[in-house]
Amino acid sequence: MSPEDQTVPPSFLLEVKNLKKHFPIKKGFVFSQLVGQVKAVDDVSFYIRPGETLGLVGESGCGKTTTGRLIMRAYDPTSGEIWFDDCKLGRVNVAALDKQQLRQIRMNMQMVFQDPYSSLNPRMTLLQIVGEPLLVNQVARGSELQDRVAELLKVVGLRPEYMQRYPHAFSGGQRQRIGLARALALNPQLVVCDEPVSALDVSVQAQSLNLLQDLQSEFHLTYLFVSHDLSVVEHISDRVVVMYVGKLVEHARTEELFYKPRHPYTEALLSAVPKPDPRQRSTPIVLEGDVADPANPPSGCYFHPRCRFCIEKCRTEAPQLREISPDHFVSCHRADELDLAGVTQ
Amino acid sequence: MNNSDLLLQMKDLKTYFFLDEGTVKAVDGADLEIKACSTLGVVGESGCGKSVAARSIMRIVAKGGRIVNGEIMFHQRLRDPETGSRSSNLVDVLDLAALNPHGEKIRSIRGAEISMVFQEPMTSLSPVHTIGNQIGEVVSLHQKLDSKQAREKAIDMLDRVGMPLPQRTIDRYPHELSGGMRQRAMIAMALSCHPSLLIADEPTTALDVTTEAQILTLMRQLQEELGMSIMFITHNLGVIAQMADRVAVMYLGKVVEDASVEDLFYKPLHPYTQALLQSIPRLGAKKDRNQRLASIRGSVPDPYNLPRGCPFHPRCARRLDICDKEEPPLVKVDTGHQVRCVLYK
Ligand SMILES: Nc1ncnc2c1ncn2[C@@H]1O[C@H](COP(=O)(O)OP(=O)(O)OP(=O)(O)O)[C@@H](O)[C@H]1O
Ligand SMILES: Nc1ncnc2c1ncn2[C@@H]1O[C@H](COP(=O)(O)OP(=O)(O)OP(=O)(O)O)[C@@H](O)[C@H]1O
Ligand code: SF4
Ligand SMILES: [Mg+2]
Ligand SMILES: [Mg+2]
Repeated sequence: MSPEDQTVPPSFLLEVKNLKKHFPIKKGFVFSQLVGQVKAVDDVSFYIRPGETLGLVGESGCGKTTTGRLIMRAYDPTSGEIWFDDCKLGRVNVAALDKQQLRQIRMNMQMVFQDPYSSLNPRMTLLQIVGEPLLVNQVARGSELQDRVAELLKVVGLRPEYMQRYPHAFSGGQRQRIGLARALALNPQLVVCDEPVSALDVSVQAQSLNLLQDLQSEFHLTYLFVSHDLSVVEHISDRVVVMYVGKLVEHARTEELFYKPRHPYTEALLSAVPKPDPRQRSTPIVLEGDVADPANPPSGCYFHPRCRFCIEKCRTEAPQLREISPDHFVSCHRADELDLAGVTQ
Repeated sequence: MNNSDLLLQMKDLKTYFFLDEGTVKAVDGADLEIKACSTLGVVGESGCGKSVAARSIMRIVAKGGRIVNGEIMFHQRLRDPETGSRSSNLVDVLDLAALNPHGEKIRSIRGAEISMVFQEPMTSLSPVHTIGNQIGEVVSLHQKLDSKQAREKAIDMLDRVGMPLPQRTIDRYPHELSGGMRQRAMIAMALSCHPSLLIADEPTTALDVTTEAQILTLMRQLQEELGMSIMFITHNLGVIAQMADRVAVMYLGKVVEDASVEDLFYKPLHPYTQALLQSIPRLGAKKDRNQRLASIRGSVPDPYNLPRGCPFHPRCARRLDICDKEEPPLVKVDTGHQVRCVLYK
């Protein structure tokens, strides 16, 4: 660790700097040839303060899951830094850690996956699923393990008697809770939740969101909350990051981002959400064409082919992320002059 | 009531699946009505029977499933074979539920009078034929057109659904198109014979919000242009509020509430509808960071073991003693507002 890193305020639990992940596109099986790159995450920077929830939104394929997996070091970044304030190791760059250190750090970072149906091993009982991280990291075994698992199940609102059952006997919402109990087993500092409620029935979503909030205040958890559902993200997040084709386009406190967006893409995204109110039938801002291909992104601002405010500069020059007001970051050439519409209430 | 604008009326429909594990009462006494040139929204959670009800109308219920009770009265109107436009003169009122599902009659209706679009476009698009050939085939099945005319018709339909470069797209295969474009191709195919009823089964659920907004806007435009009715199936209350004139709320195979979209959102009667509306996060509704959602307890019961009495009683916050004994009938509470709950008997 270089000395200058010590000067960064310790108020960030996680700080991501210029993170990139470019997946190679290969052709041919035997003599496979590199024919291009998918820029899944392309120069993304943001931070999360301890105890808060950062929402990460954007459309399918914009790089949300890849960002989450990079933070967990499930993928090795192409470049960039991931500073994590570990309670034991101190401030470390996760991107540069070796295997041994990673094991240590992963006790304090956990991920809850998108699909509650496929992310649990069907051949393991709840005791094995929830207890595995405790066993592997030699935290508990035997009857102590059982006690700890029973406690975890209670925390997420499941009955400890279910311990010997298999996941198939549970509903989607209950499986989500099992995944959560497992993630909480080692008492992590940061939990990356990848679309935790997207696969759930509408009537069960509220229970799960409430549970996430209760657990957060009880255990002082910090969340990176990945979702494509803007209403859910507004509800749960303190601050929100918006991604488009691997790039971070806007990052601000939730109220500011929803009421006073500064990026044309954020504005269009908000206007596209169908409002559950027949008296508010609005005409959404229609974005022409499709989301750009991350293997072959447009020149300049990646959003320019669909942007109604596009000027010549947007076609040629990529806008840089800048702090337009305190704690509000945007990457658009025209952010200062545009007066964009947010959510109306 | 005035029957002149009635298009379809479903009365006490029961469609069951007879499986080795038991009988699934997928649709268990559903009543609904669709008026000419209007949109009926059908909303309900996963497994409540929305798709099976829709497939019962088309008589394409999967193997093992059978209509065991009820009527589906379809009011067929005289139509101009050239333009597809309809007069108000009734040709026939037929009970679709009584037809032979493989017979001549239903085949003349399917695709021409009633057509369907699905969540997954590849359910109705073939991967081995071009978009143009597929649309052309549907058109020539029901109308006397030569291949050149059929091709022109297909290009015209692709143009109407806002497909970019229809002259070129017509020779593309489905896999060469993006998700949103495939959805448009499927809609073009479904509308190519100017049906009087389009059944849209979650047509935007798999799409991103900005693409969803494009497709919803398109469907509203086409409805106005072609004067058709839409049965719009979704679990998203936002989409319902934006699209529907009337709404049927389903729970475990039954329609539990049936109202105008205005009444449903502003005067909901059924405890399930009320709870559902309160449990969803709404854009712009966040007051403070610790705000909780009102949640519905429990989860949707498994279809083999339906509760006795009112199917919602185990989760209902307003249940009475009789709720687990007596099955409430559908009661008319107000003009055009019906509910299935003992509180209104
Ligand atoms: N292992 C991989 N190899 C190659 N390309 C990948 C890989 N994982 C993701 N990608 C590509 O990277 C881009 C970003 O994918 P990612 O899964 O991060 O998106 P996402 O925002 O999570 O989307 P969704 O909302 O659909 O889950 C996509 O274009 C995807 O096809
Ligand atoms: N082919 C089938 N064989 C057996 N059971 C079926 C079949 N199709 C549907 N079912 C059952 O019928 C019930 C209603 O299913 P249906 O597909 O109509 O639900 P849905 O309301 O469309 O749900 P979703 O929102 O998930 O699409 C469910 O319990 C389902 O498991
Ligand atoms: S930089 Fe230009 S094209 Fe990009 S969002 Fe801003 S105005 Fe639109
Ligand atoms: Mg993802
Ligand atoms: Mg369905």
